[in-house]
Amino acid sequence: MSKTYSKLNLSKTTKSNFITYLLVIIVYLIVQFLIAGGHMSSLMKGLLVPLCIYIMLAVSLNLTVGILGELSLGHAGFMCAGAFAGAFFSKCMQGSMPDMLRFLIALILGAAVAGLFGILIGIPVLRLKGDYLAIVTLAFGEIIKNLVNVLYIGRDSDGFHFSMKDSISLRLKEDGEIIINGAQGITGTPHDASFTIGVLLILISLFVIQNLVNSRDGRAIMSIRDNRIAAESIGINITKYKLMAFSISAAIAGVAGVLYAHNLSTLTALPKNFGYNMSIMILVYVVLGGIGNIRGSIISAVILTLLPELLRGLSDYRMLIYAIVLIAMMLLNWSPKAIEWKERIRETYFSGWKSGKGDSAKTAAKGKGVR
Amino acid sequence: MKKYNKIISTVLASAMVAALFTGCGNSAGSGSSDSGSTAPADNTADTPSEDNTAAEDTNTADNADTGADTAAGGTIKLGGVGPTTGGAAVYGLAVQNASQLAVDEINASGGINGMQIEFKFEDDECDAEKSVNAYNTLKDWGMQMLVGSVTSGCSVAVAEKTAEDNMFQLTPSGSSVDCVKYDNAFRVCFSDPNQGMASAKYIGENAIASQIAVIYDSSDIYSSGIYEKFAAEAENQPFEIVSAEAFTADSKTDFSVQLQKAKDSGAELVFLPIYYTEASLILSQASTLDYAPIFFGCDGLDGILNVENFDTSLAEGVMLLTPFAADAEDELTKNFVAAYKEKYGDTPNQFAADAYDAVYAIKAACEKAGITADMDVSAMCEAMKGAMTEITLDGLTGVGMTWDASGEPNKEPKAVKISGGVYTAM
Amino acid sequence: MSFISYLINGVSLGSVYAIIALGYTMVYGIAKMLNFAHGDVIMVGGFAVFTIVSTYGLPPILGIVVAVVVCTILGMVIERVAYKPLRNAASPLAVLITAIGVSYLLQNAALLIFGANTKSFTSIVSVPPLKLAEGKLNISGETIVTIISGIIIMICLTLFVNKTKAGQAMLAVSEDKGAAQLMGINVNGTIALTFAIGSALAAVAGMLLCSAYPSLTPYTGAMPGIKAFVAAVFGGIGSIPGAMIGGILLGIIEILGKAYISSQMADAIVFAVLIIVLLVRPTGILGKNIQEKV
Repeated sequence: MSKTYSKLNLSKTTKSNFITYLLVIIVYLIVQFLIAGGHMSSLMKGLLVPLCIYIMLAVSLNLTVGILGELSLGHAGFMCAGAFAGAFFSKCMQGSMPDMLRFLIALILGAAVAGLFGILIGIPVLRLKGDYLAIVTLAFGEIIKNLVNVLYIGRDSDGFHFSMKDSISLRLKEDGEIIINGAQGITGTPHDASFTIGVLLILISLFVIQNLVNSRDGRAIMSIRDNRIAAESIGINITKYKLMAFSISAAIAGVAGVLYAHNLSTLTALPKNFGYNMSIMILVYVVLGGIGNIRGSIISAVILTLLPELLRGLSDYRMLIYAIVLIAMMLLNWSPKAIEWKERIRETYFSGWKSGKGDSAKTAAKGKGVR
Repeated sequence: MKKYNKIISTVLASAMVAALFTGCGNSAGSGSSDSGSTAPADNTADTPSEDNTAAEDTNTADNADTGADTAAGGTIKLGGVGPTTGGAAVYGLAVQNASQLAVDEINASGGINGMQIEFKFEDDECDAEKSVNAYNTLKDWGMQMLVGSVTSGCSVAVAEKTAEDNMFQLTPSGSSVDCVKYDNAFRVCFSDPNQGMASAKYIGENAIASQIAVIYDSSDIYSSGIYEKFAAEAENQPFEIVSAEAFTADSKTDFSVQLQKAKDSGAELVFLPIYYTEASLILSQASTLDYAPIFFGCDGLDGILNVENFDTSLAEGVMLLTPFAADAEDELTKNFVAAYKEKYGDTPNQFAADAYDAVYAIKAACEKAGITADMDVSAMCEAMKGAMTEITLDGLTGVGMTWDASGEPNKEPKAVKISGGVYTAM
Repeated sequence: MSFISYLINGVSLGSVYAIIALGYTMVYGIAKMLNFAHGDVIMVGGFAVFTIVSTYGLPPILGIVVAVVVCTILGMVIERVAYKPLRNAASPLAVLITAIGVSYLLQNAALLIFGANTKSFTSIVSVPPLKLAEGKLNISGETIVTIISGIIIMICLTLFVNKTKAGQAMLAVSEDKGAAQLMGINVNGTIALTFAIGSALAAVAGMLLCSAYPSLTPYTGAMPGIKAFVAAVFGGIGSIPGAMIGGILLGIIEILGKAYISSQMADAIVFAVLIIVLLVRPTGILGKNIQEKV
């Protein structure tokens, strides 16, 4: 998983991208096959949509962390913004237009709102660097979560009512309905999310990101990552490209949020699902999968989402073991000694492929992504 | 050579993913037998202890004729979902332990209609999505009825799934309105609006205070739900809310501002629709402020006396409306508390009591409906739905509890006051 | 009058943040890593004191000593096992993620050992509260002790870093690890020492946190840890006096925000102020402005 994203040779990149799409499609087909054959447990069926959500989140954060090279700890905030925008729309429009169309608009709306937040936050934030940027994104994520928690929106025959205090101050009439009820969030969002839609959205996100990376814009973004001053000196508009990457990343997180909102019938902004814990969890996917490595993000998101579920048999020790496995995986994947050791094993037992792997390991060690 | 790498890594990766997917089905199946309670092999089923029989008798007032002779055997698989890790673990663990205790008691005294209960509890980390995962895990295990989820948000999410599968769901403590939206879902605790309303009425009718301050958790469903109904009902009552201050899950250590405001506004009573963890901090900070109003809470406050090492003199005079008091003098509570303490080492809180009642309610309804272990989930649910509205349960959290088809319990909250470190009825 | 009392409350809360932030900033300044597990080491310190004082009924002073020893050892073990192998990893984020892993590990281990029930911590501070203005203003003993120990720690740390050989070695390591090594400084030893000091401070912070806010669960350290991190950034991360100032300011802002703007939006207000400060001074209040070179 420590392979880097190869960007030197275009045909190779295209091939790599193609493999990623293929991987997703093959897994999709296998899963469909398993479902059709009745070999899929309820747990796994229930996990399919969350897996898609986490994959999208991981892939989109990788755009910020791996390609743009900025550490963001507020990704869950964008997810939250998208989720609430999408769920709000669906809740309002439920029944007044075809379900598929409504869901599609909700997705677009979620992406737009999250993208907008991305730009709004990006303008001030991207002037900062390193850990300061990280803490400010964390702060924004927490602000979004906090504001959503005190947001009350209701609707009655007079139109929409809005309050930041409590649902009583909405002063709804008898026929009124509270749509967003502060900490109680939105309940009764229609269940529109499905694995097929999730996979389609993953493919679209991958397409957007991989095309961006391989475009002129993408190279500009990566040049900022590799050396900001040099990039600036050759006339690259730093702010524009940073904002571009940041807002696209936010928009995809927003789409993931809409999917999240339409998968569960209840949507509340808790520290657990939209707080900094979640942002950090997404970062864990990205780092474990290899910074800048899109396919790695997908795989690590899948593994780390499944892991706690697979460990359920351990009952009380589940999260403890999970933590230990996480630390062990990080050490194995990132420690220079472990990499060296893996190299040696490979040389001893699989001497056939050593040359290629050695190269890519060295490129990995060059330190892409954040700093 | 690089080509090989790419291909091999792809193959490996996809194989790994595939292995995870298929492997999961297996592990979900095989993992089931190790945890959860299997029927105690060495149980003294024929001679249940005196206390148990006593509990049985009061619990199942009118079922003597149904069960007894259908001792056909088999096992009923009962699942539970709640947080056993994370910040809400204390509630999930209480439910897990108390349900297990009830199940063991029932099994030891012959089970339900001769069927033994197999109980398995899954962690949801207090996250709606994980709660659905936990529910699905239990479904794979073969769960036939659900006790859960413990927290409101999770219950709402799981209710959606149980409604889809038409599985009988009884949440011990999911108190928000939407938890029992569907007709297959019932609850043991009071609903949030019910508690807010009852508290406001109690304070108004007994003229305890005329100036009231509220401190609530605006990021919590339970707390904000109660507060809103309380505030709405306050308009009809002879008291005035002079200060309503919130805190959030992210800043719940310092309450000096909220208390200061309550103090400055001249409130004689502070209403705390919150859990006891925060309440214990509020009480100790109020005492450093030299502020001593009447504190009034709901069922979430129960447990405050059992916080390890807590200076109970701080809680002197606190009033709460709770269906359960761990030091109540009735036989049932005493036995339950003693058994719980012996097995798990700490005093059960209200969540534990709700869960204990939930299991006994299921037992009573099963016996009423003549449930057999070979019924499918949906048929069982249909039978249980009807039976739940017909049973009367004398449990820990209420005497003569009955249920509506809406899923709400009918029971009276008990108002208690803490004096001398113990609850006294008011 | 109420403003002054809010201010005092703000200082009380802030002093707790400050004392946690001192440990945070120490580790960050030298090892250049965000130690997300710091808050959980604080929790371990709290439990150590609780076990000694409340469970075994031994004198508080023994509790303090045990907590400091336990946390110091724990900090060094964590550093050796989870952080050191990744010191030269390709990205500094790798060690951040293991820190998160360690944080989960400590929380869940504490959950298994001590259970989820809230423990009420008996304050180990026996200083009487200071009453001013005929009892209308009340400064608790915990606040006095926390502030005084914060200042003492701040001065000691500054002296240690600037005046001792080990401290100078730390500065050198924080400037440039490679060059420090060439100068004959034991980089690994220095970083281990930093973690030892940081964790010992965490033990003290845990003790004071739990004395001021006497409730102890396996998750007690997490949120104050993050808030202290914010405070450290606020004051300019890596700067020792900055951590102190940042912590106290953060506490004051939080309390005043709650008091005068909205208690529901206290978190949003704190973070908004943080963002504004960082936009005006991108490296915090006392942070060094690092000139970027090509």
